[in-house]
Amino acid sequence: MITLRNVSKTYPIKGGHKDGARGHVKVVEALKNANLHVPQGSIHGVIGLSGAGKSTLIRCVNLLERPTSGSVTVDGQEMTRLSASALNQARHRIGMIFQHFNLLTTRNVFDNIALPLELMGMKRTAIRERVMPLLELTGLTDKISQFPAQLSGGQKQRVAIARALASEPRVLLCDEATSALDPQTTGSILELLRDINQTLGLTILLITHEMEVVKSICHRVSLISDGELVEEADVGDFFTAPGTQLGREFLNDFLQLEPPKGLVERLEAEPGEHTHPVVRLAFSGDAVSTPLISRLARDCEVDVSILQAKVESIQERTLGLMIAELLGPAEKTSQAIDYLESHDLHVEVLGHVQRDD
Amino acid sequence: MSSAMIDLIIKATLDTLYMVGVSGLLAAMFGVPLGVMLYVTRPRQILARPALNQALGIVTNIGRSIPFIILMVAIIPFTRMVVGTSIGTNAAIVPLTIAAIPFVARLVEGALNEIPPGLVEAAQSMGATPGQIITKVLLPEARGGIITGLTITIVTLVSYSAMAGAVGGGGLGDLGIRYGYNRFNPTVMLITVAILVVMVQGFQSLGDYLVRKSDRK
Repeated sequence: MITLRNVSKTYPIKGGHKDGARGHVKVVEALKNANLHVPQGSIHGVIGLSGAGKSTLIRCVNLLERPTSGSVTVDGQEMTRLSASALNQARHRIGMIFQHFNLLTTRNVFDNIALPLELMGMKRTAIRERVMPLLELTGLTDKISQFPAQLSGGQKQRVAIARALASEPRVLLCDEATSALDPQTTGSILELLRDINQTLGLTILLITHEMEVVKSICHRVSLISDGELVEEADVGDFFTAPGTQLGREFLNDFLQLEPPKGLVERLEAEPGEHTHPVVRLAFSGDAVSTPLISRLARDCEVDVSILQAKVESIQERTLGLMIAELLGPAEKTSQAIDYLESHDLHVEVLGHVQRDD
Repeated sequence: MSSAMIDLIIKATLDTLYMVGVSGLLAAMFGVPLGVMLYVTRPRQILARPALNQALGIVTNIGRSIPFIILMVAIIPFTRMVVGTSIGTNAAIVPLTIAAIPFVARLVEGALNEIPPGLVEAAQSMGATPGQIITKVLLPEARGGIITGLTITIVTLVSYSAMAGAVGGGGLGDLGIRYGYNRFNPTVMLITVAILVVMVQGFQSLGDYLVRKSDRK
């Protein structure tokens, strides 16, 4: 439904000093060769720190930012080659919501939702027929003639969602849609987005810096850093085993699952003569309900000291996470790690600590 | 006070209202579009035309920097071309309008500046054309600020119109100078000033009321 191929975007630095060669203006690469495919009906999240290029990426989809190079296809249409009027037509099929809602302060709820339909030249009665069910869907029927200033943040975002859906788009772009909301409101907005995705089959591309958003509604996730998409995975896999250092940092930050401070200081990268490994285990699916730790003790003759543990539900999947020391002779502990890996656990050796005894 | 003097005061009041009203209306008709042009042709704006923007900016600044009394005399040939005469109330309206247009334009530009850029971006994402963005987003959202600007303009025009006596424009200022100042008639002076004060208060209150009505923030 949405495909980006080798999309790059560079900006000349504002008031950029010309360095060295004459006429050579410095540029910032906001997006470098981004490739992304979002299939019909799926929810794809792009997560990254601020300034990583998320905003540029999502704005390249509906050409609020025109890519410097590369191709953008939405619903089979190559966006970069459209004329101005064809682009406006195409944008009617792409809804967008924003961090700060961007509602018109001088229009009430009904008229805000009606705006995209007015822009399309629709008649007032036809507009009413479109808007009323959207008010129902977003739970705003009793707010119909209120003005944005009278609404809470969550209600404003609901109006914005209804407005984005008014033109019956195929795609919804969400630009940090919950970043200005409190956690509870965030939850209800995410639920609404998931509903829309399921009932209308709407394809959603969202950008966020919050793992919570990715965890609760995304099917797939991409990680963006310094203008590059560095990792892409199914959400369940990403939460089990991120493929990059940045992914691990995001995950650890989110799960708050770090080895205890005192231990980190004693951690050594290489195993010594009298050390044992500290591992981070992630397990999902069947492994969650299997008593692996006790089997480890019995079958591998390794004692396990659990330092931290946590069970998370990532949508329909249950994910177990644990930081543990494996106590035993070196050959036994390495056998134990093999054993765990053979049972579909993701094992990451964080380091080695000296034995206390 | 003689009834002749009372008639003079009434006529002068109506002359002032006429000059201010017509020039204010014309200034809004030309100044609001000019202000919108100044805003939308800026770099990175919806109709970015940097060269045109700079040209408009320079013309606007020149218009704003010429003292009114000099402008009034300097454009006499133009005034004669437009209204057929260079003296009288109608002749005063031409320089008043010319002086007020750039003034309105800058105030409108300032009002548009206050609109969060996100609103324009949202409209663009809905496939709005630049014309639709101006009529459905920019002007309605800046309505309060534009009315504030027009109110300031009207009040300024009231005081400018006092100088219209220089081209025989009549009005309260002219009356106050001729009868009150030149002929040492403090009563007439006080009455004209009092009427001007009431007039300015009235325009300001009306403006404030309209702003309140249009402001939903």
